Amino acid sequence: MQGPVYFDIAHMLAGGLVLVSMMMLYQDRLYALLNVFALHSLLLTLSVAWQAFIQGAPHLYVTAAIALVFKVVVIPVALHHMIRKLGIHREIETVVGIGLTMLAGIGLVALSIVVMLRVTPEADPLTREDLAFALSVLLLGLLIMVTRRNAVSQVVGFMSLENGLVLAATGAKGMPLVVEISVAFSILIAFIVIGVFLFRIRERFDTVDVGALDDVRGRRRK
Amino acid sequence: MNASSLFTFDAVAAILAIPVVAATLLALMPGYKVTARVNVAASLLTLVAALCLFVTERPEPGRYLLVDDLNIVFIVLNTFVGFTTSLFSASYIAHELETGRLTPANLRFYHAMYQIMMFGMNLAFVSNNIGLMWVAVELATLTTVLMVGIYRTHEALEAAWKYFILGSVGIAFALFGTILVYLAAQPVVGEGYDAMVWTLLVERVADFDPALLNVAFIFLLLGYGTKVGLAPLHAWLPDAHAEGPTPISAVLSGLLLNVALYAVLRFKILLAASPEAISPGPLMMTMGLASLIFAAFMLYRRRDIKRMFAYSSIEHMGIIVFAFGLGGPLANFAGLLHMVMHSLTKSAIFFAVGHISQIKGTQRLSAIRGLTETHPVLGWGLVIGVAAIAGLPPMGVFMSEFLLVSSTFARQPLLAVPLVFGLLVAFGALLLRLTGVAFGQPRGSRKPADASYLPMYSHLVLVLIAGIYLPPPLVAWFQHIANLLR
Repeated sequence: MQGPVYFDIAHMLAGGLVLVSMMMLYQDRLYALLNVFALHSLLLTLSVAWQAFIQGAPHLYVTAAIALVFKVVVIPVALHHMIRKLGIHREIETVVGIGLTMLAGIGLVALSIVVMLRVTPEADPLTREDLAFALSVLLLGLLIMVTRRNAVSQVVGFMSLENGLVLAATGAKGMPLVVEISVAFSILIAFIVIGVFLFRIRERFDTVDVGALDDVRGRRRK
Repeated sequence: MNASSLFTFDAVAAILAIPVVAATLLALMPGYKVTARVNVAASLLTLVAALCLFVTERPEPGRYLLVDDLNIVFIVLNTFVGFTTSLFSASYIAHELETGRLTPANLRFYHAMYQIMMFGMNLAFVSNNIGLMWVAVELATLTTVLMVGIYRTHEALEAAWKYFILGSVGIAFALFGTILVYLAAQPVVGEGYDAMVWTLLVERVADFDPALLNVAFIFLLLGYGTKVGLAPLHAWLPDAHAEGPTPISAVLSGLLLNVALYAVLRFKILLAASPEAISPGPLMMTMGLASLIFAAFMLYRRRDIKRMFAYSSIEHMGIIVFAFGLGGPLANFAGLLHMVMHSLTKSAIFFAVGHISQIKGTQRLSAIRGLTETHPVLGWGLVIGVAAIAGLPPMGVFMSEFLLVSSTFARQPLLAVPLVFGLLVAFGALLLRLTGVAFGQPRGSRKPADASYLPMYSHLVLVLIAGIYLPPPLVAWFQHIANLLR
């Protein structure tokens, strides 16, 4: 199925994902960040489901369902809970100012569009645009991770980065199921790992600020 | 290939199944003495199964699994060092339990993770599917993250967190690169599983879109290169080595870096087979040289003995990546030999360092002095190991470095200058530190070592033999692989 409407809807959803990634850049409260992340994952779910529909690939619905259950519901709820338990709903410190971060974000989106559109002139237009957007989401996720010091928001950045990967994997037509399941699995594993870490970090220091961890180096002088 | 042919061949199935079964057993069994033995036994069985690969008939490359000349070397090296490390780990762990740094519950977890890590690494080596390979590398990484953080100290958590974050970014890049390779392959090979099967990709790569392959390789090199510990992306490596248990430092340096390197090599072969794609050589040479020189200078300012040898690992991975980047039969041969020698020597050094830091109760270099006087067996083992890693003859590392330098002079004389410079700088740093640690005025505890010397000396003897005499079948074997690598 390859009508202009199908294309437009896929385009809109993937573009929406980039937009929401940009929104995540300037959230300075943890709860708000989590809500925007849930929205991000919801858009991803829709986008994946739409790809499943236009590619006639039923296994992609599974990926969409996994994204819906884990990333829209379970993880944000769990992190909400964790934040409340840790008592860290205060402001996020951003390392770089919001204006500069946004500019960097715009630059990254431009970069990924230039790179991906140039190297895929012969690919199907839907795949091309999907890939360009996916790379933007990936790089924006990286930017979120770099500009935050708080462990929870780094985790959220990482998960939005993974959302970009799922978008890329579903955009590639006929990509085997193995990979999709592995993506979902890796997120799950990553979450468990992170959960363990957060638990331990809190257990030790009552703070989830990675910056506090960095201070160790000053004392110890490696 | 169908599912049944996966099971008719036992050696491949065995090197995958034994660690999984062992991990399950170890997770359930109480008592550290028994579990440590089970760990050793399982590692030995895996090694035997790996050696069987030499004699049994190789299976046809399947959709998921592949055994060829290249990966047998990696598998045998992996299972061998995995076995000796499990021996070392048994005596190391007993001491950690005595001093209360680890609890029996920690140990159960530790042993199960050790076997899962072995499974992940073996799977990465035998996988013929680039998606499966990615999953396996990721699995091996995640288990090591958990083990690095096992002491739960401030520093260990920092190290594990840093490793996890940087590792995840690397993983993400590698997956994106894998997806791009699939996209390049899909119009030629067809949709579905076939477009991820490495052997099929290599056959058809000439028809792939070169621009897409180029971008894919850059992502793959950055992604897996993070795991190799190449220069701008190495930040996790020293912390992870210094703060985790020493057996894990030994397998990180000796094995996990090789796994990532293996992934890079597979894609390098793929790109080299495509006439129009960029040649991966210059990129790899640049990153290799940068790692070498950067790490060589960093060696001078280290105060922590494990951290110092971690930087030395970055240096050597730089050399190896440079060698494979230079390419050609001689440089590839040198790179392969250097990789084997580095794995053996570096894990032997970490075996020595593990016991030393347990005796002295610290990893600070300034607190470790005069080892040859107080603990002659350990001290001289360390001296031999460091001399080997610094590249002194007659050890095997000297041989591979010599081959590499002469090959560089012959082909890219200008590049030989920074290469030799980096080697000399690192050499100086290592010898400078070694004199104090081994021959200075003895300092700190003098209590006798309760150590197992067998793993350390077996590695060192192998390295020495390789430096003096390489058996012709081995040389022929390595030359064959070197040609395969282009």
